[in-house]
Amino acid sequence: MPFLGRLTWADIPFDNPIEMGAVVFMGLVVAAVLGVVTYYRAWGYLWKEWITSVDHKRIGVMYIVLALVMLLRGFSDAIMMRTQQAMAFDNHPGYLPPGHYDQIFSAHGVIMIFFMAMPFMIGLMNIAVPLQIGARDVAFPFLNSISFWLTAVSVGLVNLSLAIGEFAKTGWLAYPPLSELQFSPGVGVDYYIWSLQISGIGTLLTGINFFVTILKMRCPGMTYMKMPVFVWTALCTNVLIMAAFPILTVTLALLTLDRYLGMHFFTNDLGGNQMMYVNLIWAWGHPEVYILILPAFGVFSEVVPTFSRKPLFGYASMVMATVAITFLSFVVWLHHFFTMGSGADVNAFFGITTMIIAIPTGVKIFNWLFTIFRGRVEFSTPILWTLGFMVTFTIGGMTGVMLAVPGADFVLHNSLFLIAHFHNVIIGGVVFGYLAGLAYWFPKAFGFKLNETWGKRAFWFWLVGFYVAFMPLYVLGFLGMTRRMNHYDNPAWTPWLEIACAGALLIMCGIICQVVQIYVSIRDRKNNIDLTGDPWNGRTLEWSVSSPPPFYNFAKTPVVHALDALEDLKTRGIVQQRDEAYEDIHMPRNTPAGFMIAVAAAVMGFALIWHIWWMAALGVLAGIATLIWRTCDDDIDYWVPASEVARIEGEHLERVEAGRATVPGRLFEVAGE
Amino acid sequence: MKTKIKGLLWHSLRPGLPPGLLLAGLALPLGGCQMGVLDPAGAVGSAEKDLIITSTLLMLIVVVPVIVMTLLFAWRYRATNTNATYAPTWSHSVKIEVIVWAVPLTIVAILAVLTWVTTHALDPYRPLTAKAKPLEVQVVALDWKWLFVYPDLGIATVNQLTLPVGTPLDFKITSDSVMNSFFVPQLGSQIYAMAGMQTQDHLIANRPGTYQGLSANFSGDGFADMHFVVDAVSPAKFEAWVKSTRAGHSPLDAKVFRAVEEPSAKVPPTLYSSVQPDLFNDIIAKYQGKAQGFHSAMKED
Amino acid sequence: MPDQVLTAHPEHGEHHGPGPNTVFGFWLYLMTDCILFATIFAAFAVSRHQYAGGPTGHDIFDLKYVGVETALLLISSVTYGFAMLSAFKGDRSLVMLWLGITFLFGLGFVGMEINEFSHLVAEGHGPDRSAFLSSFFTLVATHGTHVTLGLVWMMTLMLQLAIKKPPLEGVYMNRLMCLSLFWHFLDIVWICVFTFVYLMGV
Repeated sequence: MPFLGRLTWADIPFDNPIEMGAVVFMGLVVAAVLGVVTYYRAWGYLWKEWITSVDHKRIGVMYIVLALVMLLRGFSDAIMMRTQQAMAFDNHPGYLPPGHYDQIFSAHGVIMIFFMAMPFMIGLMNIAVPLQIGARDVAFPFLNSISFWLTAVSVGLVNLSLAIGEFAKTGWLAYPPLSELQFSPGVGVDYYIWSLQISGIGTLLTGINFFVTILKMRCPGMTYMKMPVFVWTALCTNVLIMAAFPILTVTLALLTLDRYLGMHFFTNDLGGNQMMYVNLIWAWGHPEVYILILPAFGVFSEVVPTFSRKPLFGYASMVMATVAITFLSFVVWLHHFFTMGSGADVNAFFGITTMIIAIPTGVKIFNWLFTIFRGRVEFSTPILWTLGFMVTFTIGGMTGVMLAVPGADFVLHNSLFLIAHFHNVIIGGVVFGYLAGLAYWFPKAFGFKLNETWGKRAFWFWLVGFYVAFMPLYVLGFLGMTRRMNHYDNPAWTPWLEIACAGALLIMCGIICQVVQIYVSIRDRKNNIDLTGDPWNGRTLEWSVSSPPPFYNFAKTPVVHALDALEDLKTRGIVQQRDEAYEDIHMPRNTPAGFMIAVAAAVMGFALIWHIWWMAALGVLAGIATLIWRTCDDDIDYWVPASEVARIEGEHLERVEAGRATVPGRLFEVAGE
Repeated sequence: MKTKIKGLLWHSLRPGLPPGLLLAGLALPLGGCQMGVLDPAGAVGSAEKDLIITSTLLMLIVVVPVIVMTLLFAWRYRATNTNATYAPTWSHSVKIEVIVWAVPLTIVAILAVLTWVTTHALDPYRPLTAKAKPLEVQVVALDWKWLFVYPDLGIATVNQLTLPVGTPLDFKITSDSVMNSFFVPQLGSQIYAMAGMQTQDHLIANRPGTYQGLSANFSGDGFADMHFVVDAVSPAKFEAWVKSTRAGHSPLDAKVFRAVEEPSAKVPPTLYSSVQPDLFNDIIAKYQGKAQGFHSAMKED
Repeated sequence: MPDQVLTAHPEHGEHHGPGPNTVFGFWLYLMTDCILFATIFAAFAVSRHQYAGGPTGHDIFDLKYVGVETALLLISSVTYGFAMLSAFKGDRSLVMLWLGITFLFGLGFVGMEINEFSHLVAEGHGPDRSAFLSSFFTLVATHGTHVTLGLVWMMTLMLQLAIKKPPLEGVYMNRLMCLSLFWHFLDIVWICVFTFVYLMGV
């Protein structure tokens, strides 16, 4: 058995200039980052404060950084596809040969769902949820660290596939038999499998972690019906994660067994059943899209009341709608394959359940509308994203209900109409929601606001760009164009593909604006400081602590009396006093174990992909050994003395007082005034 | 302030554009170009087009007011408009709740009935009835081309589906490779093609013409070229075509078929004057193997 | 972030270290594991008659053998129960004794399973022969892998108890309880396997 399994020098794509260009670019970026860290002698700081951190606020930031980086990667895949399709008409092959194009659209889907949207969402949950419920951390901080690092190393694996080997050429769900060994003999599907399995474990642990956190660690007085809606959506999302991700784990595992041990779950021969894969993967896949959208809905439920200066309309029905969506999301999965031949009764049943799920979704939109109604709306970046969402997602929902009618789906399935629909709801719903959340909670995480001008520019480019890029795809669906084509010969399609390409370029401008926004915001941070911790005159508890919060979140666990807890405290005139009696606070220690376990998992994954069995065994043993070593460690927490707490709180109050003294006006609103 | 107004005007125009684009898109391609799903050439496709239009209109009942209200409310209740009523503690109204639950519920109920009825009527497995006798065509998805066998006529083709107008078509579909989807947008419903299994599709061409067929499920490197020509001709022309195909000396025997099975793309329409009987069933059986156990043999060990 | 060393602290404010949340969280993990097994059972249900000309359950299942395996696992659950009772009494050496006995029974179970598998593979009835065999091996082996990991956990716990001699409360009581839940859960899954795969497949 060769020392490095089936890995050879030939697996580096020296002959493919586009791939090599991407690899070199990635390498330069990594080198630059390493260089900058070394130049500022920040390795110790990075290790102590971030890599080994078990602080949900730090972990949340890292998740979002990961997501934004992968947004760039996934988006470059999108630009490549759009430009290829705009030019590859008739005999012009474009610049991407089929094998490469197939990897690009597969990677685009996998990256955007698993390594952009999921980490983004989990990052927002990490930053906001414990603060919103008045807790000091999540239930299992160490597991939180493991979850993040498992996701991060999976990102590493996916990006490594560009440099060593190839990625899957099967689409983002890797249907068999195409994904079986017979038709995909290379390493691509294996990279797909292991990066998803490893990050999937991380996600499952997050589900358990946050479910326990929300159920067991709410501050006194915060009953279920006094929780912020974002916390409700987080709770339901985590229920979905716990119920759905085991299905993904098994499905990928069965495919793995087919590929590695010659089994026959989904093969064409010896009794395999490809339809079973389709059912299983969508039994996970449909809840997955609700995992993505519910937190976005939660963000909107925070942003709209805050920037309308009015409580959320219909809180109780919002909660009921969220719970209804959670349950219903498990009985619609078949609408992803009406054309597989299930028979009219089955198809009609699932079509109808799919439409039913549109009802609670619609209710939510009306509730946001009536929150705005008779409010005082401030057009900040988060609200712009929200308004953009409300228009865009409604259209996407409409086309979704159209696709839910099997008779219509029979001619629209897998066409660009489908592509337009799901991008409509994912971009209009998920991405707009997370970007609103990013703008909303950024000051809480970093202590200064994002630049509004560049934020607004980014929004308009994204909004206009989205319509220009995706409305033509609806038309193309009607014109009979199917998805995943790297070239075509119908002249009627070309103008629409060219318009779509222009739209993609507009979105790119939006992304550039966001990059500029980050740079400008950091450069000008002293002018945008969030001094009080409450930059938006917020209604929920996260705004009652400094920005960024002290590492223990709350010096004293808040006691809550009503919904919109902070708004209620403000109305009652309850303020933080200077010399309250503080107590010692119990905190978990940082640990490298989460990082180490993830590295071991990555080694195992890489080794399994390349059939380097001894290395895989080493990875597994190292992971288990690290876990055991961690359980032998008794020194995993400590107490922060009350005096230290008093010092930190005192400093914050002094800064706030000083700020008020020098800057007049409505910048600093005091509770009760 | 100026940018705000400009921005909002722009924003209020925005939502008009998508439906506008859609309508423009329907009008744009003219003269000789494929119109796809909205220009059906058969009864099934027509019914499906009507369904699309009906469901769109039903949905618009909710969608248009929502979009209008979003823009209207955002504009009217902007913070700088101190004329508008500000109700800072109002957050509940049973009347509104009843409406926002009831209206979508009603529309969904209507759509549900429509769905139940049309899903049964448009079931691809449901044979169509017309004056003419049905024609059976067996379809095999290969890498990366389509094999069509006319079992009652004893001929076969690759990438060429010639059909008589007004005749109900009984498609029986399988795959000799990975999952594909048999689809002629202007005739109507698609259905998956899967190895070891037979799916069915029932379509009809009601007007003569040349239409495009394709695979609607990604199947690998040659997928983009996996389209086929659909020629709907008068019954008389169809008879003539069958006769001339039979006369050509190109049998689809085992040796030829093995060559056809080899992965290839961009295969031009090819006609075969005769075809192995039971070719289609043999292809399916190949993947099923022996489904029975051999326990009687085991016991003798 | 300050890295304070703690001085003696009696019960202080709220305590978010090991506690009831750990056991609750582990229950939730077990529920996800339940869904995991349910999915594999579903795959088995779909594949269970796909013999592809190969052997059926009737041909390869030896109920007496499986009966012994089952007895070993069920007894190991009982002995683990005794371990927990000893833990509640605070008797560390008794806990280790019962854990050790449980370990041996569990090891016996896994050994018998590996033996069954290797015979099947040697006869050409491995998991690559048919979808039925793929799903049989996968379902049973997934359970067996869980048991094996449980044994690793058990051994680790025994060593920790022997070497560190911690009090049987807080962290270590939690660990014993979680392993207890895990072990009994695997028992229940085995009952389902035994019933739906072996008894009904024969």
